[in-house]
Amino acid sequence: MTGAFLDAHVVVRRPGHELDVALSAEPGDVVAVVGPNGSGKSTLVRALAGLDPLSEGHVTCGGVAWDGGRRPPVRVQDRALGLVFQRQLLFPHLSALDNVAFGPRSRGTPRREARDVARRWLERLGVDELADRRPHQLSGGQAQRVAVARALATDPALLLLDEPLSALDVAVAMNLRFELARHLEDFPGVTVLVTHDAIDAMTVANRVLVLDEGRVAQTGTPAEVARRPRTEHVARLVGLNVLRGTAAGTGVLLADGTELVTTTRADGEVFACFGPAAVALAVDPPTGSARNRLHGTVRSVVPHGEAVRVHLEAGRAGPGLIADVTPGSAAALGLAPGRAVWATVKATDVSVYGDETAPLPSRHG
Amino acid sequence: MTRPRTTERAAVGRPPPVLLAPAVIAVGFLLLPLAALLARMPWRTLPEHLGSPVLAQALSLSLRTSLAAMAVCAVLGVPLAWVLARTDFPGRSLLRVAVTVPLVLPPVVAGVALLSTFGRQGVLGGLVYDLTGATLAFTTTAVVVAHAFVALPFFVLSVEGALRSADAEYDVVAATLGASRWRTFTRVTLPLALPGVLAGLVLGWARSLGEFGATITFAGNFPGTTQTMPLLVYTELQRDPDAAVVVSVILLAVSIAVLALLRERWFNQVVR
Repeated sequence: MTGAFLDAHVVVRRPGHELDVALSAEPGDVVAVVGPNGSGKSTLVRALAGLDPLSEGHVTCGGVAWDGGRRPPVRVQDRALGLVFQRQLLFPHLSALDNVAFGPRSRGTPRREARDVARRWLERLGVDELADRRPHQLSGGQAQRVAVARALATDPALLLLDEPLSALDVAVAMNLRFELARHLEDFPGVTVLVTHDAIDAMTVANRVLVLDEGRVAQTGTPAEVARRPRTEHVARLVGLNVLRGTAAGTGVLLADGTELVTTTRADGEVFACFGPAAVALAVDPPTGSARNRLHGTVRSVVPHGEAVRVHLEAGRAGPGLIADVTPGSAAALGLAPGRAVWATVKATDVSVYGDETAPLPSRHG
Repeated sequence: MTRPRTTERAAVGRPPPVLLAPAVIAVGFLLLPLAALLARMPWRTLPEHLGSPVLAQALSLSLRTSLAAMAVCAVLGVPLAWVLARTDFPGRSLLRVAVTVPLVLPPVVAGVALLSTFGRQGVLGGLVYDLTGATLAFTTTAVVVAHAFVALPFFVLSVEGALRSADAEYDVVAATLGASRWRTFTRVTLPLALPGVLAGLVLGWARSLGEFGATITFAGNFPGTTQTMPLLVYTELQRDPDAAVVVSVILLAVSIAVLALLRERWFNQVVR
């Protein structure tokens, strides 16, 4: 994939951790990086920025070899990048305007011109009337807008957003998310957005990179990743059940010995996926037509929109499952943590896909 | 059922006399000498004492030398504090210990050490004397050197603490915005650590103003050139004890002013 605008192969080795991620993107791309804590998201961002040294690999951006060539890595301050942190880290001794002007000033723009640039960015982010405020006089959402303006004011080729919304209130984050999506559409460089939130990945990004234990577990468009998640983490983010197993015909043997019946023929390593609404719960052993029966224990019961979302643990070391039921049936079944229940899933509700992104040839039977 | 706090306090019992009595004695021990100093103040002859040219000379010398010493501390001490707080190299903690040795060194020993370095027969001073015929010892400059030597460790520790508590992530942010390390230092690191730098200057200045042992050993006690306020107290005590008391009370007032200044700073920090 050489020749891409952003072409990176990031290898960072630390005792107990290894990150090995290849990433390439073209101008205008917004790549969401998702994964559980410790999967290497922040290390990836720090390595791209040059804050953590690469153990191996390379980073090339906009035709400039930042790292991995024969020459020593380009210093952080000489890379055309913008970085927005979860804690905004606005300089507390500078006004919002001077915070945004800091980047242009550092790159040699005269003071007056830098302030004009800063004012324009504050305007675009809708916080120009706060230009003279100090960071401690700003709300979380306002401060994060200033932080985004500050990162964009240097015209970076690569914009790194490290969980920019996760420290904000839900309502504030929701507003800023849509604004951010709009600004990123106009942004000519590559954006890498680290997030824990499926909504960020769905609304803001055009590509998703799923990290798991320092490796790329999946990559694709947000819709693809949401439809066919390959890690339990993403399945949980998008609200699906994903079980890994070995397929033989229309059966999928899970790691704990449970066999799922499906209506899709497949062979080898596959993912079996079904939504939480497809799971029915019962207290007595079920006798209906549903072919898949899993005995489990309720771990938690939480409201989810108009429904109730039940987290189950199936079997002794079995998979975790989520099931959506109505509040009425949750009450009738006496669902509470510790309650033993039967979960059933119709074979026709289970979709099966393999390690290839393309759907497997299937025949309904 | 809310009971007043006093009852609650009484529930754990009255403070035992075994603890109260020594505490009262300690307070008396600390405050009585200060009260005595004020009691012995010769109020009637105060105007003529204050008008004495020797006092004016000593006061002016003390102010000039201690301020010059603070300038030396700021120029040399801030970079050293930055190196200790922001860089990593083998032997850094050893260096920090070495830098703090003058803190525990008896001032007279510091004076002898300075003489051995900058005196006419000193390691550096001898060389300079042979080349130029000039010597540092027993000059006003020697007073500044002595003051800077004893105040620098105080200053460096205070600034290093301030730099460590100023979030190093701001330095990272500045770098991502394209700032060189020098620009980051002048525009971000130093402004954020400024309260610590000022506190360090005040502490070091107070230390320098009261310096006696190193000054008298390395710079001598010559009115007008090396006789600072503490040296004047010492000299006057043998000639005119009343004058010694006046000079002492002035130094006491300065100490209290410094304390008030620092309290103000601590208070502000708590509020922030």
